[in-house]
Amino acid sequence: MITKRIIPCLDVRDGRVVKGVNFEGVRDVADPVEMARFYDRAGADELVFYDITASAEGRGIFTDVLRRVAGEIFIPLTVGGGIRSLEDFDRVLKCGADKVSVNSGAIADPSLIGRAAQRYGDQCVVLSMDIKRVDGRFMLFARGGRENTGIDALEWAVRGVRSGAGEIVANSIDTDGVQGGFDLELLDALAARVDVPIVASGGAGCMQDFADLFLGHPGVDAGLAASIFHRREVEIGALKRFLRASGVEVRL
Amino acid sequence: MIAIIDYGVGNLFSLCSSLRSLGLETKVTRAAQDLIDADRIILPGVGAFADAAAKLRDTGLVDTIRRQASAGKPLLGICLGMQLLFEKSYEYGEHPGLGLVPGEVVPLAEALPAGLKVPHIGWNRLQILKKEDPLFRYSGDEDYVYYVHSYYAARCEANTLAVSEYGLPVTGAVRAGSVVGVQFHPEKSGDAGLRLLRAFSEL
Repeated sequence: MITKRIIPCLDVRDGRVVKGVNFEGVRDVADPVEMARFYDRAGADELVFYDITASAEGRGIFTDVLRRVAGEIFIPLTVGGGIRSLEDFDRVLKCGADKVSVNSGAIADPSLIGRAAQRYGDQCVVLSMDIKRVDGRFMLFARGGRENTGIDALEWAVRGVRSGAGEIVANSIDTDGVQGGFDLELLDALAARVDVPIVASGGAGCMQDFADLFLGHPGVDAGLAASIFHRREVEIGALKRFLRASGVEVRL
Repeated sequence: MIAIIDYGVGNLFSLCSSLRSLGLETKVTRAAQDLIDADRIILPGVGAFADAAAKLRDTGLVDTIRRQASAGKPLLGICLGMQLLFEKSYEYGEHPGLGLVPGEVVPLAEALPAGLKVPHIGWNRLQILKKEDPLFRYSGDEDYVYYVHSYYAARCEANTLAVSEYGLPVTGAVRAGSVVGVQFHPEKSGDAGLRLLRAFSEL
């Protein structure tokens, strides 16, 4: 069967990884290529590169970085950040990305998902969502989680999948940074509404959080995290061995 | 030199990079002479079958591919490129393939038990049925490979080298003479994929 996936997420600003600290055996923790190599060797199933650059110049550096990573690392690469047009899709796919993640770009122009899916296939289009509870409802947030769009997040997911999104990344603002586990209630609600792979993001603090995610929630396909991997609080190889021993099918 | 057939479907960046990382010389081409000069040929591909088959025909390379394959030159089809090796596909209608491997390509959705998602996308374990095949010279029982597809090759049991379990044994690798095909993406399957590409380069 298809394995559950473990996905480290790397934020890149002006061609450098931010938030990376203290990696043994990595000379330059801010070098995306070195970090990609490190995670590849550690057994990551996929890498997400998130471009948090604001300038056009930084964007150019990012695509160079992506090309270098994709030239050396032969696992699926997902790219997000600043994707607002088909030209943006084209730019990162040509540099070796396999999937492209849209968030604000899809809120600004919901037709982007459908147009991209038609041109590159559903499997290429990932809908990333920042979600927060407001008065007991899951709401879609924009601007890096600062602004309530007033859109119901579950309905947004259904709409996105209907338009052609082949995967959903659900980032829970409520659990993000708390390290108390993934937002299982949100993920179950999503899994009941859409039938594409769901990537859980936000809240992982320890290995058991991943086991709880995969064992009780078959609708979730992958767990994504950044800081716990970057800070070596959870080591991917050990995590995957732990998951397999717990009865979760993973690639070792 | 490995000739990679360029017929305008899909992105060859990762495939070229992975072969280059193995120290192999590649040439992305749509010239018949390159296929004749090459030691090996790779037929890549993503997208829809009918569109890809038409684009491949438009290159005028089909006869050359057939002649090179029947002369015993190793030919590797990857993903949709593997599906094109079969006699026909039932993806949105009925479309003829190259007919180099007996069998046909059918929708996964109709064959899968309820609850399994289509496309079959992600890492799945490769169950090698014919371990003696030189394509698996460097492969092991714990190799996982990366799939992305909604159709699969059926009625090709005699030619099947490996499968992956997804509600049914999904055809993962096939062989007919010097023609081999893999449904998964070796260029996205990490070390396991690189080992398979290395084995192909030594066929």
